[in-house]
Amino acid sequence: MAAQSDPQGSEFSAAELEFLAEDEMIEIVPNMRMESLNLISGDFGPFHPQISTQVPLWLAMALKKRGKCTIRPPEWMLVEKLMQVLEAERDSQKSFQPLPFHYVEISRLLFDHARDDIPDIYMVRSLIEDIKDVRFYKIGTGLEVISQRTTALKLNHLTAMEVNIVRPFLVKALQTFNKLDNPEIHKS
Amino acid sequence: MESGAGEGSSSMFSTADDDESLKSTTDADLLKRAWRTEKTAPEILHIEANLVQRSLEQIQLMEDTVEDFINNGVDPLIVSLSQMDLDRTMFLLRSYLRIRLQKIEKYMIHIHKTTELWNQLSKQEQTFANRCIKDLEEHFDKSVLSKLPDRYKSSLKQSVISEEDDMVPEPQLDTYVICRTNRSLGALQLDNRRNLLSCSGVEDPVDLNTNDLYAVRYKSIKPLVYCGQINLV
Repeated sequence: MAAQSDPQGSEFSAAELEFLAEDEMIEIVPNMRMESLNLISGDFGPFHPQISTQVPLWLAMALKKRGKCTIRPPEWMLVEKLMQVLEAERDSQKSFQPLPFHYVEISRLLFDHARDDIPDIYMVRSLIEDIKDVRFYKIGTGLEVISQRTTALKLNHLTAMEVNIVRPFLVKALQTFNKLDNPEIHKS
Repeated sequence: MESGAGEGSSSMFSTADDDESLKSTTDADLLKRAWRTEKTAPEILHIEANLVQRSLEQIQLMEDTVEDFINNGVDPLIVSLSQMDLDRTMFLLRSYLRIRLQKIEKYMIHIHKTTELWNQLSKQEQTFANRCIKDLEEHFDKSVLSKLPDRYKSSLKQSVISEEDDMVPEPQLDTYVICRTNRSLGALQLDNRRNLLSCSGVEDPVDLNTNDLYAVRYKSIKPLVYCGQINLV
């Protein structure tokens, strides 16, 4: 009857995460003139050639696909900044660097649709892959900290995709520790 | 990841999420928040009836506008962008309602029994739930229950000697959810049964700082979710 992306309904599918990420704002430089758009999600424009403006990512992608604009990659996607982040990620054993919540989804969308707007795209791509890998590894080791005494867990600076991937395991693990710890609270 | 007090580093990367509390929340944002919360919460939450109504009206308005655009020969780019926006909003609304229906299907008898939860459904959802319950009971009755010996015929209890309705599935309220607060909520008593300082766990109470992600038990933060102070992720 009520179809869902996953039978439990509490996990976001990758497509849904991308949907959420597509509402993030990004800067574009239109190459045409267009009047303001009054949409349900908000009001954007008016669009003048060579004058940059902020629009949601989905709108930017649509305009880019039709060749109506160029995209200005966000500040955090520059090679120097990413290198700093990667360094810092590798240096600290336990803590994560602050990154935009949807950095994976945003970077993926930009790579797919706006390759020519990103300087040093191969470098950027490989840096982001490395950052992802280091963070995942840290998540794995970080999860070992869960024990029966853990009532809450702080997941500082984790991003949307990482949260979604870790969620099923985390929930089950914490619940199981809870159950084994306090049998009288356990509901069948 | 730390299960303890951690440093708060100031972020160079400000995202839309950081500015959420400063922007005025549009209906689109509210709908997104309602969708997210409903998806991650283990039990059914209060229906945002006004929001649903307003969204429906806005969608209707937008549909009419797009039709006008097409009839008046407006730039097809604008038409297609408006259509995309329309599709996105409709997806949010539909998914929100579908998640709720799914939860009703899963826990219909429990919701029916609990007045507090029952009042959180919209009128149409209540009708739906009633029909569902009737259909399910009929189905169980015809296929199995009527053929069982007398003491085991109820669809709510395992047998006549059960004290409560133990055949009714209930949502697991002590499941863990991942959440984030808008404002610093200070110390929160999360778990009453343990007041021990442990080497690896968090000492009770827990400090909830702004914009940090926490995995906590849903039961402990339920009232805060209801009044909107905590966002589920």
